[in-house]
Amino acid sequence: MSLIAILGALEVGLIFGLVALGVHLSFRIINFADLTVDASFPLGGAVAATLIVLGWNPFAATAIAFASGALSGWITGWLNVRLKILQLLAGILVMISLYSVNLRIMGKPNVALISEPTVFSMLAIEGIPEYVLKPLILLVVALAAKLVLDFYFASEAGLAMRATGSNPRMARSQGISTDRHTLIGLALSNGLVALAGALFAQSQGGADVSMGIGTIVIGLAAVIVGETLLPSRSLAVATLACLLGASLYRFFIALALNIDFIGLKAQDLNLVTAVLVGLALLMPAYRQKIRKARLRRPQPSKESANA
Amino acid sequence: MKKGFLVAALFALASFTVAHAAQPRVAVTAIVDHSALDAVRKGVSDELAADGYVLGKSLQLEYQSAQGNPGIAAQIARKFVGDRPNVIVAVATPSAQAVVAATREIPVVFSAVTDPVAAKLVRSWEASGTNVTGVSDLSPLNKHLDLIKQVAPTAKRIGVVYSPGEANSVVLVDALKKAAGAVGLTVVESAAARTVDVPSAAQSLVGRVDVLYAPTDNNVTSAFEGLAKVADQARLPIVAADTDMVRRGATAALGLNYYDLGRQTGKLVVRILQGEAPGKMPTEVSQTLELVVNQSAARRQGATLSPELIKTAKKVFD
Repeated sequence: MSLIAILGALEVGLIFGLVALGVHLSFRIINFADLTVDASFPLGGAVAATLIVLGWNPFAATAIAFASGALSGWITGWLNVRLKILQLLAGILVMISLYSVNLRIMGKPNVALISEPTVFSMLAIEGIPEYVLKPLILLVVALAAKLVLDFYFASEAGLAMRATGSNPRMARSQGISTDRHTLIGLALSNGLVALAGALFAQSQGGADVSMGIGTIVIGLAAVIVGETLLPSRSLAVATLACLLGASLYRFFIALALNIDFIGLKAQDLNLVTAVLVGLALLMPAYRQKIRKARLRRPQPSKESANA
Repeated sequence: MKKGFLVAALFALASFTVAHAAQPRVAVTAIVDHSALDAVRKGVSDELAADGYVLGKSLQLEYQSAQGNPGIAAQIARKFVGDRPNVIVAVATPSAQAVVAATREIPVVFSAVTDPVAAKLVRSWEASGTNVTGVSDLSPLNKHLDLIKQVAPTAKRIGVVYSPGEANSVVLVDALKKAAGAVGLTVVESAAARTVDVPSAAQSLVGRVDVLYAPTDNNVTSAFEGLAKVADQARLPIVAADTDMVRRGATAALGLNYYDLGRQTGKLVVRILQGEAPGKMPTEVSQTLELVVNQSAARRQGATLSPELIKTAKKVFD
């Protein structure tokens, strides 16, 4: 595998690391199965690409993209907490409506950004090739997003949000507005996903209305792979695991594109992904089994120690 | 688990591409697999073979499909750029954009992109002066309208199903509206955002149109049988832009055979392999147009094909 392919995997992986942070926030922290991300990802790309083509500063365009994603997450939350529409359904409603909205924003299905300025071209440093610079910039962005989330989760508002997800009844009895924190959580989650979409469009030559397909699955896969590799109760480790999981997932795809061994081909990727996520899901139960087996035998035999 | 990952990684490392001798290498990618895009790919490899390249011996040909996933398309683009093949062939707009965004040096030949200028792959239809050239699948709409008039002489309203999310299709439908207006026909559009929406989108046109036009659209191509079924039931003749659709149940098509488009793409690849600069080669449009008709489909869809039309057809299905 070439260096460019590895760095490309890291680049795409870090962008989807932002998606994983967003998915972690909705699925794990506030316990909301949010499908809006399949549309907030292209929404971010659509907003950023359209504004850049209109002559906006790429950084401003990216910030507006974040805000547009936050708005879409807020709408999903509003449908759920105010109108009492089921979580999944609320997400699906916003997702399908955003498809039309994205087409309206772009005015056509595809807005190209080949020679336009982007946040990457504005930060370009003479002498460093683009394929090295992009993952570097994205590493800084992803780590910054992780640190901001860590900081937020440790604040009073963040703790209230975590309580909203883990025990809403208790949270309410403590005077926490669970509705408000669900709305904030979804807004923040989809803002991050839209930010990822905006960066993806700028690094990959344009926004396409179809670019959101499967975002939720990839985000979840990254979260689960990360959790399996770095199991921890600490949220700071969990957010790091999101970035790690997303990058690793992309590295595996890069591998799958490069190997012919055991006859695997690129078109088998979806199956490989499903198997990988399935295995990762089995791991906690498997670990528990080992732990139980050890408890039963105070002196662990050689066998179980190896297991 | 960790151990498992390590073993897998080691396996993968061990099987990394063995360096090949200095054979020319061509890397092909498409955004998604379906009959038209697959035909392009086959056309490219057949053309290379016809020009004396023995695949696997005197030429390495690699193919990767992004399976409709833009993240994978981006990674395929990076992998190809990292592998430094002699030519990268990118089929359909999203794949072509990902590749063009990833390299300004390796020659890129796009194919089956309807409007490469709007997609910013090239600045104009002239020679680009960059590393990019290719073949557009822009349909000859005026000729298609002529065919519609021959197949359904009394038709006034043309129904068209297309995916609103596909750049190529939106370009086509807009152009079709203009061209139809100029010859006194109206276009009624019906959007199918997903392949499963194609039958219901076609159903919604029944009673509002006199003839159906099937554009070169990914969703329509994938779910063409669904469109044909509705057309049979409602007795609406289908005139298609892709000749393969006639085999699958359209009354007639003047196309744009994607296999030939692939052969034409392959010719550009060969010229680059022989040392020509892609920047000096203008974007091409399909050179071969052939008429194909299907008599049993015509009967089912209530169209009468004139003997002259059948005579000029290159292929007649019964």
